[in-house]
Amino acid sequence: MPTVAIKKLELFEALGKTYTDEEFEQLCFDFGIELDDIEEEIENEEKVIIYKIDIPANRYDLLCIEGLARSLRIFLGLQEPPVFKVKERLSETHKITVLPDCAKIRPFVVCAILKDITFTEKNYKSFIDLQDKLHHNICRRRKLVAIGTHDLDKIEGPFTYEALLPSEINFIPLNQTKKMNGEELMKFYESDLKLKHYLHLIRDSSVYPVIYDKNRTVLSLPPIINGEHSKISLKTKNVFIECTALDLTKANITLNTVITMFSEYCSEPFTVHPVDIKYPNEKIVSTPNFDCVSFEVSLNYVNKLIGINIDADKMSELLHKMQLEEIKEKRTVVYSNKKEIEQEEEEEEEEKEEGGKKEIVDYLLTVKAPPTRSDIIHACDVAEDVGIAYGFNNIVRTTPKSNTIGGVFPLNELTELLRYEIAQAGYTEALTFALCSHDDCFKKMRVEDNGKIAAVIENAKSQMFQIARISLLPGLLRTRVESDHLKLPIKLFEVSDVVLLDENSEIGSKNERRCAGFYSGTTDGFEYIHGLLDRIMEVLEVPCDLEGEKTEAYYIKETDHPSYLPGRCASVFYRHKQVGYLGVLHPEVLINFNISTPCSVLEINLEEFL
Amino acid sequence: MSLESVILSKVKESPFDTRELSEKLKLDYNKLIQAIKSLEYKKVLECKIKVLNEIVLTESGKKCLTAGTPESRMFESIPENGIKKSELMKIFGREGQPTFGQCMKCGWIRSEKIETKEQEQEKEQPKQKGKKKKKQRPDLMLFRKVEEINDLVLEDLKIIHDRMSEKLTKKTLDILKRRKLITTIQTKSFVVSQGPEYEKYTTTQKIEYQTCLKKGMLQKNNWKSHTFKKYNFKSLGVPTKGGSLQPILKVRSEMRKAFLEMGFEEMKTNRYVESSFWNFDALFQPQQHPARDAHDTFFMKNPKKAKQIPEELMEKVKTTHETGGYGSIGWRYKWSEDESRKNLLRTHTTAVSSKTLREISKEPFRPRRFFSIDRVFRNETLDATHLAEFHQVEGFIIDKNLSLGDLIGVISEFFGKLGMEKFKFKAAYNPYTEPSMEIFAFHNGLNKWIEIGNSGIFRPEMLQPLFSGTRFNDYKEDVNLSVIAWGLSVERPTMIQYQIQDIRNLVGHTVDLQMVKKGPICRLGFPRKVIKEKKKEEEIKKEKN
Repeated sequence: MPTVAIKKLELFEALGKTYTDEEFEQLCFDFGIELDDIEEEIENEEKVIIYKIDIPANRYDLLCIEGLARSLRIFLGLQEPPVFKVKERLSETHKITVLPDCAKIRPFVVCAILKDITFTEKNYKSFIDLQDKLHHNICRRRKLVAIGTHDLDKIEGPFTYEALLPSEINFIPLNQTKKMNGEELMKFYESDLKLKHYLHLIRDSSVYPVIYDKNRTVLSLPPIINGEHSKISLKTKNVFIECTALDLTKANITLNTVITMFSEYCSEPFTVHPVDIKYPNEKIVSTPNFDCVSFEVSLNYVNKLIGINIDADKMSELLHKMQLEEIKEKRTVVYSNKKEIEQEEEEEEEEKEEGGKKEIVDYLLTVKAPPTRSDIIHACDVAEDVGIAYGFNNIVRTTPKSNTIGGVFPLNELTELLRYEIAQAGYTEALTFALCSHDDCFKKMRVEDNGKIAAVIENAKSQMFQIARISLLPGLLRTRVESDHLKLPIKLFEVSDVVLLDENSEIGSKNERRCAGFYSGTTDGFEYIHGLLDRIMEVLEVPCDLEGEKTEAYYIKETDHPSYLPGRCASVFYRHKQVGYLGVLHPEVLINFNISTPCSVLEINLEEFL
Repeated sequence: MSLESVILSKVKESPFDTRELSEKLKLDYNKLIQAIKSLEYKKVLECKIKVLNEIVLTESGKKCLTAGTPESRMFESIPENGIKKSELMKIFGREGQPTFGQCMKCGWIRSEKIETKEQEQEKEQPKQKGKKKKKQRPDLMLFRKVEEINDLVLEDLKIIHDRMSEKLTKKTLDILKRRKLITTIQTKSFVVSQGPEYEKYTTTQKIEYQTCLKKGMLQKNNWKSHTFKKYNFKSLGVPTKGGSLQPILKVRSEMRKAFLEMGFEEMKTNRYVESSFWNFDALFQPQQHPARDAHDTFFMKNPKKAKQIPEELMEKVKTTHETGGYGSIGWRYKWSEDESRKNLLRTHTTAVSSKTLREISKEPFRPRRFFSIDRVFRNETLDATHLAEFHQVEGFIIDKNLSLGDLIGVISEFFGKLGMEKFKFKAAYNPYTEPSMEIFAFHNGLNKWIEIGNSGIFRPEMLQPLFSGTRFNDYKEDVNLSVIAWGLSVERPTMIQYQIQDIRNLVGHTVDLQMVKKGPICRLGFPRKVIKEKKKEEEIKKEKN
């Protein structure tokens, strides 16, 4: 969730209203954003109060003070929603030709022009900040979209968007004085704290994307840096904005966000001038695209989904608060109810019913989402906005009336019941991580990894989490290490899942529910762990058959396992199938885990006992 | 004679010091104190604490008594015809230099300079310019200066050993202290004298007290003839032995119970490794969503790719992402099958919810409720509030025409069972729910609102591909199916309930087992206690009025 930092006084000035911190927090809450923190900063020897506000990840239009204040003002009814207009092309030369090679690296570009804009120090900073915020969020750290802004008066159309060999590109990058080619530039920015994170996006490509104007002046080398020549400043009056992209949808949203926010400062507010994009297939597209997407919703639908009962006029009013425009149309809607649903329930409403169809007087609303509201992609998004404007906390609480019957997942129920029994037998429950280091499960346990047992993680940040555990024992051993301050003996257990590779599973691995017991004292205490096994079997109603002849019984049989002391390890058999081990841990295992007292353990697969 | 009678007879003679008495009569000090304390409790004796600063010999001081002081030992080790200082120092090691000083101070030994050949040469040849030779300390030859020594230090130490340190001057003591031969220790003892009950206690006939009711007394039926010793109720009993359950898992059990009480069925969540398809794509989470970054999610190296994903479902999911449908315009990007096959450690149990929905779509419709509580994984480094794995709680209801009002209602009921009373809801964003709400509950103890979970109505884009035929969230229909859902973690409310600041004290191998053993039973509802107290206060006020 992105956070924006906005000066309290500037925000209140833009809102045209003052609030206490509590009041403003409430306003944020009602609108669906969150006043996360209030900070004080010293600027020019003056205390400045900063509001840190959390913005939902899909509301790019709230990432700057312009959009945030505007949306809140409309929400509060202090302002009408602006009407955004794409005007005529300012000049024939305002076009950009995309050359075919761009498809190899960054196929899309969208552009727009803001005419006669007035920058002040405040809004200029906000303009730069918004681009940063967008680059970080929707642009996915410039990978999907990169924004370039240029002083239109310093460049001359028509423009070309090309993909060239790095050595062929030569220009002075932004805020530099020396010309560099693509290769030199990559080297130069290796040590740049900010830009070095973006170099990998194109570095190893055979060609780099680049935008030229008519005079072969480089505008930008996206997604890395703009050229020095077309740099914008406080004095810039006309701004050329280009967004190059891998994802055209996101490029359009990014461009629309920038221009709908800052066209506010144009001499004719909320207007923007288009640029023609000519693609290699000769198709010409004009951007920006403000064509609103319309969504049809019905009054009845919204009321039912939110759980309210408002009329069409009230709904218009609420939609308005959320910057949504709608066209109302009263009509009688004929619903064709699904048979399966109809069997279940007969609605008791005032409506005519004829042979599985019923008629209700309803309003059909065609709702237009403005270019600022890219988050609206379905009628349910419209319904949510009605809900927010109505106030989630004003909705009357109801409860679903249908009767349902609960039920347990048998494996979890067995786990639950067994945990109580083992605790009653004197063992304390551990809760250890399902992820561990490779060494914990293999080297330290003296087990060889043949690559067919453990599920391995590719990108763990920490050494602690290299694999999903294949046994509960390493976790219990680690718990033992941390319990040196306790009186001996230490008795532990855990009932939880391990993960094992499994060829037959659709994903290639499966969980297995295990039950593990652990005893550590001055002596190895094998007999106690053996007793715990007997007790577990007793409560599972599995009889013991020392001879190993009966089927519906368990028995243990001496075996060799690298983790256990030779001669002190046994396999547990149930229905003649091996379901686990018990025994005295190998002294080398104890040394590996830094344990100073002898330990006996038990680990069985619980799924066999369902 | 019993210990008690010894004490009583001694105190009759005169008040005594417990340490002195125990030394004199060679009594076990702890037993003596125990006996005295029990008599003091009965007011037979009176005890006054006495703190004594005693000067005693240190280990090296004690060594002097048997082996002599270091300086006397040094004196003894100088032969008739003297010894080189360097050799003497070798014998005494680290002690050498200070001991040598001590001997010189006492005037026991004398030294003579000896000149080595090198030094002689040096004298003859004046120093060469520019060449600086390492200056070597001239060795000394040491001889005894007196025939016999009078080791005063040893005498002093003997005096201290005999506990007569008051005979020595402060200066002497300071010197010995500095030499670490003596030290001061503080000892506590009691001065015991007769108490108000002494006369009565010693003159009345002694009763043999019984400490407990015994089997034999019942068998002989003579328990009436025994007098039982007064039990000290101001003490703790013997700690019980036995196992205990983990606090987090106790909370898990309670939450599970709450769901079962409300008619929810438990989902099969025993699968940590999941495909991106079920974890993300099937939930209408776009492939470029930040949550799908390697930064946030554990992807698998082995098993790397999911082998089987239902094909017709995959086709539907792809279409919904790319172009939408069912009234949606979709996310409008190129969907990659390869991306969806990437295996990962599930980041939420909603992966299981979508599978469960897929299962029930094959059966005739009936209203259902489902829940799960199980582990989920995030690629985080551990700190006080973050773990790489935690327990997610999730519940959903599928029914006809469910509304946000229903969701708010059912959430209030569920969290009400966990002991919370006041709720409020904030709009939020989640790729697979719309509307989405964050849930806040008022914490009476902390006196503030706390975020406790997330909720929403599943998007039609997520549900529609899972259920062929049935319509979700379609404005053209009067009766729609919908799914309302909410989720939270087990850890967060547990931390709030038990006021634990560091999550690592609650989950993982670093948990203190003593805490687990001493953990209370889990009666959920963090404000319960406080509310009770407040209500009491109110009642008291009313009564007063």
